[in-house]
Amino acid sequence: MAEKKIRVLIAKPGLDGHDRGAKVIARALRDAGMEVIYTGLRQTPEMIASAAAQEDVDVIGISILSGAHNVLCPELVRLLKEKGVEDVPVVVGGIIPEGDIPGLKEAGIAGVFLPGTSTQEIVDFVRKLAQQRHSQSANP
Amino acid sequence: MGDKNELNRHAGGAAIEGETPRSPSASEREWEARVLQPTLEKSPERQTEFTTVSGHPIRRLYTPADVADLDFEREIGFPGQPPYARGIHPTMYRGRLWTMRQFAGFGTPEDTNRRFRYLLEQGQTGLSVAFDLPTLMGYDSDHPLSEGEVGKCGVAISSLADMETLFDRIPLGDVTTSMTINSPAAVIWAMYLAVAEKQGADWNKISGTIQNDILKEYIAQKEYIYPPAPSMRLVIDTFAFGVERTPRFNVISISGYHIREAGSTAIQELAFTLRDGMEYVEWALRRGMDIDEFGPRLSFFFNSHNDFFEEIAKFRAARRIWQQATRERYGAKNPRTWALRFHTQTAGCSLTAQQPYNNVVRTAIQALAAVLGGTQSLHTNSLDEAWALPTEFAATLALRTQQIIAHESGVTNTADPLGGSYFVESLTGEVERGAWEYIEKIDSLGGMVAAVERGYPQREIAEASYRYQMAVDRKEKIIVGVNEYAGEDQPIEILKIDESVARRQNERLRQVRAERSQEGVSRRLQALRHAAEGDENLMPHIYDAVKAYATLGEICDAMREVFGTYEEVAIT
Repeated sequence: MAEKKIRVLIAKPGLDGHDRGAKVIARALRDAGMEVIYTGLRQTPEMIASAAAQEDVDVIGISILSGAHNVLCPELVRLLKEKGVEDVPVVVGGIIPEGDIPGLKEAGIAGVFLPGTSTQEIVDFVRKLAQQRHSQSANP
Repeated sequence: MGDKNELNRHAGGAAIEGETPRSPSASEREWEARVLQPTLEKSPERQTEFTTVSGHPIRRLYTPADVADLDFEREIGFPGQPPYARGIHPTMYRGRLWTMRQFAGFGTPEDTNRRFRYLLEQGQTGLSVAFDLPTLMGYDSDHPLSEGEVGKCGVAISSLADMETLFDRIPLGDVTTSMTINSPAAVIWAMYLAVAEKQGADWNKISGTIQNDILKEYIAQKEYIYPPAPSMRLVIDTFAFGVERTPRFNVISISGYHIREAGSTAIQELAFTLRDGMEYVEWALRRGMDIDEFGPRLSFFFNSHNDFFEEIAKFRAARRIWQQATRERYGAKNPRTWALRFHTQTAGCSLTAQQPYNNVVRTAIQALAAVLGGTQSLHTNSLDEAWALPTEFAATLALRTQQIIAHESGVTNTADPLGGSYFVESLTGEVERGAWEYIEKIDSLGGMVAAVERGYPQREIAEASYRYQMAVDRKEKIIVGVNEYAGEDQPIEILKIDESVARRQNERLRQVRAERSQEGVSRRLQALRHAAEGDENLMPHIYDAVKAYATLGEICDAMREVFGTYEEVAIT
């Protein structure tokens, strides 16, 4: 049986328009053979959670450079739970002070990537998360 | 021909694209044969190809053969005189140093006012305001979309009351202020002018800059509100208002900075920025304005990235292209229209979160390139900006970096110290030709607005950005402390902005709305909507609304109702 193609939602929550990182990651994941849905700019956590549920994605990647991560990330996790898709892991990348990382992990964020991370490292991490999710749903 | 290819290979790899054929002298050829060749055979070079950070190929050596075709008088000339390759002032920094203008803004207007007054005390010579994202997008602090963003990457300004606090005890008649605001530029500028008026400052004398460059928002930074046509109309409205009412204010800062931060090459930054400039000129000319009236009030803003000589070449080429374009394309007669004045900011995207103290060194090199390129004003980034907005300590060190270049390095003693360098002159020419190719391509697409709507510059930038990231991932480009020489980092102190900022802002907004005349606000917003439906200049209406304490969000909403909003087709 062919392995199911990994589906990733890449999103830019909040008002920030700096999309260089989101675009590079979207392309790197696509080049690594994954299916990538890019939401475009200025998505509310609500819009991202709905898109994740509708698109049946394996992983959500969000890019935040504006300092709003401590508000936006927990809100997204809460909404995923509300929609019954809390099993979709969320990774976040951007300008995030190290001191905020434990709080974000506690809020349910699966991975935090800071500037300087190689695209390969992110591709590997996303693939691992997706495979974990596939194997969990295969053995309920 | 065979002879030329052979020589090019000897002189540093394959022939460089777009390069004019070289005819090396007999002594250069002899050096190649007798000195260079044996060396290469014994010890080959580290790489087969050497390129700039933008991927532009660089030769092993530049000699008189590389500048043989250069016409000194016509292409280099003298400072303060066309083509301005050597700078726009005859005495450059011997006469007056560049303005040290540190971009600052965070939290509430009180927080930023305190930082401004501190920076002025430290010898900073101009102000530069960073606004938070809700302000940049034309939303009040209490708008639902503002949640989590208030005061985070700049200061929150929702009404004239906030602007009064921001400039409290700062005399606007004496200080020049740059404001990084684009889609709502007309509104924020009106607030600034209202504060100036209240302080009793003469509008004929006050000076500063509003960024007001909407085209680069569609291209790179993406902080747009309205579709391109009404946005361009607002920009031209501010041009017309400025020419008449504030003759010393720069009504726009046509910006390559954000284009570069989005991942463009140096040539793309230069080309897209200058083609944006030409687009504004063309829209203003269509409005019936005189280029020699508004032309001198246009200013530019470039990035200074890591590649030292490429950046210097870019700044020098920028002046040459702009003087040629204003004279030949638009028939400008006023030398002040021809002379490109620019602000520089060191490259935020070059800062690393890892080993943050290394950023001080990067910033110093980039700042030096800006000065050797003849900048009129300069912002140096702080070492902690890959983490957060700068602490006072980090911001002070960044300012000191400029002061050391200005007063200790000696580079200010002469105009354009690198002029005449075989390498710098050659590279300046190559960057200039590369930029003209892009400019002509955009002409052929029907201008910049048309090119943006087709996603052309956006796609070119995304390609370049991905190419660069792949080169970094493959270690073809080394970033110290990141993909090489990495090690354990010591944590640094970081500026924190908590959610109490939003609470304080919202409280103030409630107070402003309670104290103003609601009827007066409604009447002025109605007048603005009515004017927006027609074609008169919107600035006077915006000014009236601002003075009645209509909020930024209310004013922008009034125009949203008439103009609609813009959504891009996302390209990945």
